[in-house]
Amino acid sequence: MPGKLKVKIVAGRHLPVMDRASDLTDAFVEVKFGNTTFKTDVYLKSLNPQWNSEWFKFEVDDEDLQDEPLQITVLDHDTYSANDAIGKVYIDIDPLLYSEAATVISGWFPIYDTIHGIRGEINVVVKVDLFNDLNRFRQSSCGVKFFCTTSIPKCYRAVIIHGFVEELVVNEDPEYQWIDRIRTPRASNEARQRLISLMSGELQRKIGLKVLEMRGNAVVGYLQCFDLEGESGLVVRAIGTACTLDKLSSPAAFLPACNSPSKEMKEIPFNEDPNPNTHSSGPSTPLKNQTYSFSPSKSYSRQSSSSDTDLSLTPKTAPYPQGPRIYLCPSSPSLSCGSLHLKKSCLLLSESSLTPHHSSLVSPVLRKSVSFSEELFLAASGMGSGSAGKEGGPFKALLRQQTQSALEQRGGSPHRFCRRREFPFFTLTAFPPGFLVHVGGVVSARSVKLLDRIHNPAFVGIMGNTRSYKLLDWNSFNSDEPETRDAWWAEIRQEIKSHAKALGCHAVVGYSESTSICEEVCILSASGTAAVLNPRFLQDGTVEGCLEQRLEENLSTRCGFCHIPYDELNMPFPAHLTYCYNCRKQKVPDVLFTTIDLPTDATVIGKGCLIQARLCRLKKKAQAEANATAISNLLPFMEYEVHTQLMNKLKLKGMNALFGLRIQITVGENMLMGLASATGVYLAALPTPGGIQIAGKTPNDGSYEQHISHMQKKINDTIAKNKELYEINPPEISEEIIGSPIPEPRQRSRLLRSQSESSDEVTELDLSHGKKDAFVLEIDDTDAMEDVHSLLTDVPPPSGFYSCNTEIMPGINNWTSEIQMFTSVRVIRLSSLNLTNQALNKNFNDLCENLLKSLYFKLRSMIPCCLCHVNFTVSLPEDELIQVTVTAVAITFDKNQALQTTKTPVEKSLQRASTDNEELLQFPLELCSDSLHSHPFPPVKAVTVEKASPVGDGNFRNRSAPPCANSTVGVVKMTPLSFIPGAKITKYLGIINMFFIRETTSLREEGGVSGFLHAFIAEVFAMVRAHVAALGGNAVVSYIMKQCVFMENPNKNQAQCLINVSGDAVVFVRESDLEVVSSQQPTTNCQSSCTEGEVTT
Amino acid sequence: MTSELDIFVGNTTLIDEDVYRLWLDGYSVTDAVALRVRSGILEQTGATAAVLQSDTMDHYRTFHMLERLLHAPPKLLHQLIFQIPPSRQALLIERYYAFDEAFVREVLGKKLSKGTKKDLDDISTKTGITLKSCRRQFDNFKRVFKVVEEMRGSLVDNIQQHFLLSDRLARDYAAIVFFANNRFETGKKKLQYLSFGDFAFCAELMIQNWTLGAVDSQMDDMDMDLDKEFLQDLKELKVLVADKDLLDLHKSLVCTALRGKLGVFSEMEANFKNLSRGLVNVAAKLTHNKDVRDLFVDLVEKFVEPCRSDHWPLSDVRFFLNQYSASVHSLDGFRLECGGTIWAHCNLHLPGSSNSPASAFQVAGTTSVHHHAQQFFLYFQ
Repeated sequence: MPGKLKVKIVAGRHLPVMDRASDLTDAFVEVKFGNTTFKTDVYLKSLNPQWNSEWFKFEVDDEDLQDEPLQITVLDHDTYSANDAIGKVYIDIDPLLYSEAATVISGWFPIYDTIHGIRGEINVVVKVDLFNDLNRFRQSSCGVKFFCTTSIPKCYRAVIIHGFVEELVVNEDPEYQWIDRIRTPRASNEARQRLISLMSGELQRKIGLKVLEMRGNAVVGYLQCFDLEGESGLVVRAIGTACTLDKLSSPAAFLPACNSPSKEMKEIPFNEDPNPNTHSSGPSTPLKNQTYSFSPSKSYSRQSSSSDTDLSLTPKTAPYPQGPRIYLCPSSPSLSCGSLHLKKSCLLLSESSLTPHHSSLVSPVLRKSVSFSEELFLAASGMGSGSAGKEGGPFKALLRQQTQSALEQRGGSPHRFCRRREFPFFTLTAFPPGFLVHVGGVVSARSVKLLDRIHNPAFVGIMGNTRSYKLLDWNSFNSDEPETRDAWWAEIRQEIKSHAKALGCHAVVGYSESTSICEEVCILSASGTAAVLNPRFLQDGTVEGCLEQRLEENLSTRCGFCHIPYDELNMPFPAHLTYCYNCRKQKVPDVLFTTIDLPTDATVIGKGCLIQARLCRLKKKAQAEANATAISNLLPFMEYEVHTQLMNKLKLKGMNALFGLRIQITVGENMLMGLASATGVYLAALPTPGGIQIAGKTPNDGSYEQHISHMQKKINDTIAKNKELYEINPPEISEEIIGSPIPEPRQRSRLLRSQSESSDEVTELDLSHGKKDAFVLEIDDTDAMEDVHSLLTDVPPPSGFYSCNTEIMPGINNWTSEIQMFTSVRVIRLSSLNLTNQALNKNFNDLCENLLKSLYFKLRSMIPCCLCHVNFTVSLPEDELIQVTVTAVAITFDKNQALQTTKTPVEKSLQRASTDNEELLQFPLELCSDSLHSHPFPPVKAVTVEKASPVGDGNFRNRSAPPCANSTVGVVKMTPLSFIPGAKITKYLGIINMFFIRETTSLREEGGVSGFLHAFIAEVFAMVRAHVAALGGNAVVSYIMKQCVFMENPNKNQAQCLINVSGDAVVFVRESDLEVVSSQQPTTNCQSSCTEGEVTT
Repeated sequence: MTSELDIFVGNTTLIDEDVYRLWLDGYSVTDAVALRVRSGILEQTGATAAVLQSDTMDHYRTFHMLERLLHAPPKLLHQLIFQIPPSRQALLIERYYAFDEAFVREVLGKKLSKGTKKDLDDISTKTGITLKSCRRQFDNFKRVFKVVEEMRGSLVDNIQQHFLLSDRLARDYAAIVFFANNRFETGKKKLQYLSFGDFAFCAELMIQNWTLGAVDSQMDDMDMDLDKEFLQDLKELKVLVADKDLLDLHKSLVCTALRGKLGVFSEMEANFKNLSRGLVNVAAKLTHNKDVRDLFVDLVEKFVEPCRSDHWPLSDVRFFLNQYSASVHSLDGFRLECGGTIWAHCNLHLPGSSNSPASAFQVAGTTSVHHHAQQFFLYFQ
């Protein structure tokens, strides 16, 4: 389906002076798409040229339309020497390819140069005419919509949620090509930017094809990442959830712009994969991996993971000293299960650690072939499963099968479900009500891999070739790379899937993948929340039926998601169950960890808070395999400690559930960092958490004893204080009413001292048995003390501040419209002298705490406010450098209303919180339809709807400022959330996915590293805003900075930074404005769709 | 553990007014932090000094980046890099172009050249304003001067249009530019008691009445330069003192009108000729550049000081000048065409007028005979 792309260059402004003599510039513009280039006339001697060019027309395939960016280069004409480039603008024209998104891109774009940054602006108009062409062999997927938002976008309704789609493409990194030695940094950077732009376009197109194949029309929760593997190449990978979305205003199903996918789908046989590269969905076996490894050194990495698809559900991610890979299934129910269970599992573990690898796999029946070889150091091993001792493997397997099949029966048509998708994963974190039936717990998997250089001469000079992107079709010459990467991910996904199964769940929600790369070692991680889903959403054509059913079910779903999905008698791990505190019918675990957002219908007591676990571990510097071994040996301990910390901090806050859990393990030259962030809440359905008790090791020492009791008192005080702070005052329920056969909901869990030697665990466990003299190490005591101290040093945010890493703060529901999105970056240099684990931990902890304190201070003018979606990213750019990047949004809320909530009796507040929550989430859905009807906003107008951001202009508002009132730059809001408080999103304009490189050779002159990065991030924001404004939007939602790689060389006065951001461009209308408009419109039409919206939410 | 890099970038650029003021005042980060600590912000917010340091650095960096844009305020409005609400933009601009009275008093009327810039060190020590702040203010003056120097149209409007300043500030800048262009001497010891406000008032009236723009607002509307022709015409005023009859007539007219109204009538009567001669001589000399520069010095010497030595109250001075110029109308030689007003206003703090130390009196100038305007007028506020 070819299309015609039309571009017009209108004008430029604020251009830099390129001719020193005249202090002016003779600028002209080159417009390039694919192979075709057009030029404007030279506009002599002006810094504000008015080209007003004709329409440049490109006739191109839609495949190219999807892959290629429009490239606009502004140059200074020079009569005698070569023309100097001023800068470039890349415009992704993808949004123009959907029928209902933007129709024209028109506006001022910053002219960006990778060396000088933004140098003036250019006004461009872009249009696309698409011709219908029903070629059944087409490679394009125009019309499939992409959303970064990890929930069903407002103003859409999910007809079917199809499931997981993924894809990756690989290329050689231009930065590491031989040609890089002779070309300028600018040329190299531009080659890289262009390549990544091409690759992400291609990736999106391929994912779109998969979606069409599934008969979907959209990808929700689209997450695209770059792995800069250095020498071994550049990987662009993406995951998402395919859906069939229905625009709320229109009853008819959405048809893509270019043609109707459903029609076409009939013509395409399902098994005919138009793209032979996409093997990712195939199950990966070790055998397959081996066939692709052609160099000996490679084989190590390729074989890496054994195929133990059996999950080992370890309640505690207890440390397996030999386990290079951790099967972390910290479905937290088990975590809280108290000392007894822990003891058991830990003892088991320590036993298993003594035995050879194989023997630790307790349930051999479930395993597929485990092929260990001597050099297979990466193979998973030492997989003790906490539950293993309890039930025999075969028995467990049988039961699990039964559960599974039962689930599948419940799930309607399991066959279809299974056949169509290999992985029942969903990248969504918030769901339509009724979608989520039960939640099992967090499942995650990690794998350490060795990267290898692709010895492929075909790559050389690719970038010189204008048609380079064609070479990205890997079947043409070397299809090894993506295959390998696909296989790696397939393994991990397989694991996740089996973990979920073990939890009695057939699906994984809130699924995400990440990597951490250092030199040639790469840690692949995946995590999600095992869940049982309502199958009706997964099938076609059953929407009507499900509506009624859901309504009746609605009453019971309020606590339903907390109920355990697994069989009580055959728990995959030892957990401590009680009857649900809400319905008193079903069993619930005493603690719940998830990676998703708090379901809208959950009943929460009090407010939530951000909980972080931070951890560093030193590691010896090593090469290749030795390095990988060292890392994989450390990983289990880290996971274990991170979980212990999370657990302790959760208890310290007096809460019983974690949402939005994200554990990031970062690998550096000489250390590993772990950072877990989550939002703690008190779920009314779960039991009250126990306190924390400290046990001393030397009971004879009086002063020590005193110290211990002092600490204990401190901890108890902290818990009490936190309960007050977060307004956690659950209704007292007497034991008799519950009638629980399972005793003591207030059982106390021990504070676990975590050391990195497994023997300590034994000590700990033994202690409670009374064998207190087994291991008494002075240093451990201080370690333990430090752990306790570090618990207590976490300062709560100043009054008026709340923070969470989920979309909305549980317990706060009266948002006002003021939002401030920000990115903060900190890098610290560790003094290399005192690098111990403790010092490192302290440094890291201080870094994070100070960063948070700094944020609270900076945003103090917004009080009362809440930091939402706080997203920490840790990287280790160099030996002694730690870089932490935080992106979050501060949202103000109405304090008065919040106070009321506290004053109301507990019961009331209990109900209120939940209903309000619901309302908050639902109103955009309810109202967006009418806004669409009544608001046929021309996009350009819409920009001006939101005139000024109100941030902090309170006291200056009254001062006279007449000259400034006529500002022409429209305000574009940015937020990592999927909504804008106090406003309705009326239109999604398309995905924003941008990649920038900035380099400088005059670091000092630009204000040092801070000045350089500050300017760059500000520029990135500016470019995102400009693109959104040009699309006719006035906000970016679900904004995320996926990558911020910063490298410096102060000695050479150089620095380089790469930033990758994405989000959804939208048009929003303030509710207050909306009311005015809609009151003027006949409302009958809206009302009908309103009710429809309500029903579907 | 040392911090290598520490930044905060908001989608809406955060502007802290207090820090902005410290930055404008030219304090280093360390000094600014110390000052903020002293302001008790730590106690209010519970923050630590390290947090404050990082916050201050961050703001300073932002301001540093904004400074380039502030040099051309319209750019700040149209730029895309910093998203700043309009009211904040106005604040940034207004504060950036604000100046210290003490400083401006030092450079008022001086040539805005490199030479003067070199003297900023001395001014800084003298006024207690940091050198950085002095430089910023000086550069602001110079920048505005350069931009509007060759421009047509109203000086105030031009400044407002190109620098987006508030009305008041734009007027002040117009005065500064006007003084700098005409190089009026203001630094003499005798003039030290005059504030910038006094001069600004004079400048405004002079721009309104003495410049080319005042004469003909359609064409050649240059507010910067004094109307040479008008100055030439002022020479003709000499007749007022040279012609004895005219002088006497004038005196009697003034005296008749003021008899009984003036507290210092006798002194006035005695001194009338001297005063009149002084005023007219000042006016007549204005054809020479050097004398133009010394306008204010001369006025003080020839008129203000005699008045002061006789302890004229302010109101009396006002009455006198009013009458002085009004009476000229009735003089024969002036009947036909008069116009073009000399309008010097000096806020003179007379030692005698103790009840209103800050109040001012206006010295009204005299007019030329052969000019085309209709009226001979004086304004009093």
